[in-house]
Amino acid sequence: MTYLPNILFAIVLITGIGYFAKNVKKLIRNIKLGLDVDVSDNKSQRWKNMVMIALGQSKMVRRPIAGVLHVIVYVGFIIINIEVLEIIIDGLLGTHRIFSVIGKPYYLVINLFEILAVLVFVSVIIFWIRRNIIKLKRFWKKEMTSWPKNDGNFILYFEMVLMMLFLVMNATDTQFQSVNSGNIISQFITPWFSGMSESVLHTIERTAWWLHIIGILIFLNYLYFSKHLHILLAFPNTYYGKLTPKGQFNNLEAVTKEVKMMMDPNIDPFAAPAEDTEPPAKFGASDVQDLNWVQLLNAYTCTECGRCTSECPANLTGKKLSPRKIMMDTRDRLEEVGKNIDKNKGVFKDDGKQLLGDYITTEELWACTTCSACVEACPVSIDPLSIILEMRRYLVMEQSAAPVELNNMMTNIENNGAPWPYNQMDRLNWKDEQ
Amino acid sequence: MSELLKVPTMAECMADGRQPEILFWVGSAGSYDDRAKKITRAFVKILNKVKVDFAVLGTEESNTGDVAKRAGNEFLFQMQAVTNIEILNGYQIKRIVTACPHSYNTLKNEYPLLGGNYKVLHHTQFIEELMKKGRLKIERSSVLNGKRITFHDPCYLGRGNGVYEAPRTLLKTLGVELVEMKRHRKSALCCGAGGAQMFKEPEKGSKDVNVLRTEDALETQATIIATGCPYCNTMMTDGVKAKEKENDVSVMDIAELIAKAQDL
Repeated sequence: MTYLPNILFAIVLITGIGYFAKNVKKLIRNIKLGLDVDVSDNKSQRWKNMVMIALGQSKMVRRPIAGVLHVIVYVGFIIINIEVLEIIIDGLLGTHRIFSVIGKPYYLVINLFEILAVLVFVSVIIFWIRRNIIKLKRFWKKEMTSWPKNDGNFILYFEMVLMMLFLVMNATDTQFQSVNSGNIISQFITPWFSGMSESVLHTIERTAWWLHIIGILIFLNYLYFSKHLHILLAFPNTYYGKLTPKGQFNNLEAVTKEVKMMMDPNIDPFAAPAEDTEPPAKFGASDVQDLNWVQLLNAYTCTECGRCTSECPANLTGKKLSPRKIMMDTRDRLEEVGKNIDKNKGVFKDDGKQLLGDYITTEELWACTTCSACVEACPVSIDPLSIILEMRRYLVMEQSAAPVELNNMMTNIENNGAPWPYNQMDRLNWKDEQ
Repeated sequence: MSELLKVPTMAECMADGRQPEILFWVGSAGSYDDRAKKITRAFVKILNKVKVDFAVLGTEESNTGDVAKRAGNEFLFQMQAVTNIEILNGYQIKRIVTACPHSYNTLKNEYPLLGGNYKVLHHTQFIEELMKKGRLKIERSSVLNGKRITFHDPCYLGRGNGVYEAPRTLLKTLGVELVEMKRHRKSALCCGAGGAQMFKEPEKGSKDVNVLRTEDALETQATIIATGCPYCNTMMTDGVKAKEKENDVSVMDIAELIAKAQDL
């Protein structure tokens, strides 16, 4: 009978981690629905980016208030989670604070955890106030209603509760408190429980201990359904992020092939296509499967902070475009496609929907000035601009659906080599004008 | 200044059997747009003054395809690129300077994979280079001395390619009081022209982007808004007009300011 808690703990742990692993598999499958893209270059620069941007939070602190608070929560989260290791060992072996055998250093570390727990708690409350009382504009844009809005708050509540549980657990641990070391914060919480019997205290301590670890497992599993996935995906995402200058857009290889063929004087225009030629690629993207997998990884990594949207010139001037919405739409559609595949035994069945039109409107796409402000603003190297461009490519090259003025501009370039209807022979006239 | 500009073409250089030091890529705006042509002429005046051995393609130049690419027409872009590359490579061009950040970005970043490899400079970088090598002496000008000037970072020069210093260095050399807008360098706001917006009406919104950006500039109390891009120039000029400040504030390219300061 005495092994019951240990067995129960093992079951909870395995279930929690197992379910998470199942969703991670789904996540990877969904990301792999994207087209292949070669990101095997420049490994050292990529590692450097990951270390600087994800691990080092270098872009977060560009906005000092949010940045510093975020660093506190991030550092606190990582360091306090060392405690989880002890909880797991204790839970499985039925020990109590197994690491305390090392003596003094243990209590120093717990002191640090307690201080961090308070700092995280305070930071999270400030985050909550920024979202809900001060109502920072970027958290109240059109795309931030219903789930995205609740999601943001749920995460904050989760963190508040977890930190509280950790401190209560320490405060009601009479054995721990009696050492009177490592309880730098929790000693002030202990008096809340004064007058309670040893056994009640023990029950509270055990409850806090169990809720703490169960809470962490629930939080872990919550990630897949939440914008909070960024705590994991920020790392691969910054690794695979764009390395070329922001102004540089990729050249479509499928187009290069066709253009080279057209320009080749030796080619026989009437020759039948070779037997083994692949069907012509779709130009641009109308759905998530037309995007590359890094773009899909981008979508899952987005934590909806809205820094991109708050710097987007189109959005700042009241247009419908919001780079954050582009990422959220991409993720929502990708999830929908993933569920479709799950339902239909691993094959996607046409559901009559697509990213273009059903999620992202052409009005949003044409409002983009391609200024890269969103790419620059993103603290985790997401590139919304590349998705906008792919969808414009689809509109123009597959559907000839550019705005009329742009069609005129392009016709001019085709005919005169300039976006205006001027004669190519007049290109040097400026020389003699005053 | 009524003296004629000396603008040799590559074809002429070829006929003379010489290779100029640098090719000046004028760009479509610089060739046809009335406002941008003044920038082109100002830059050539500087080149002529320093006796830079340069040439233009003239009627052999064609649109880089930047705007088509950003509108989504990759096909048209690559057609333009391949055609231009054939001409540039035919003339064995090694170095290109341009006063248009869009041409700069496209030639520098997007042409290499299509077979066009050149050392590409924005005109502010080239002028800075002339200065550093002692070929051009920019004197503190009496016309501009102490004037409050703000610099609007063109997206494809600044954020797009990380060129923030060259234009600022030149402005400081002129002895002006350089004031920054609240959004500058990496966080600079677009003028509203990029991504083919120059050629279409904006989508419905509460304001035009160029007006918002002009408000940023006017907030600095500058009397001159300096830029380094013909499209930014147009957008900011229109913005100043929309704010009815055209009598107090002018929009000038860096090349124009230098030409003006040096009385060219």
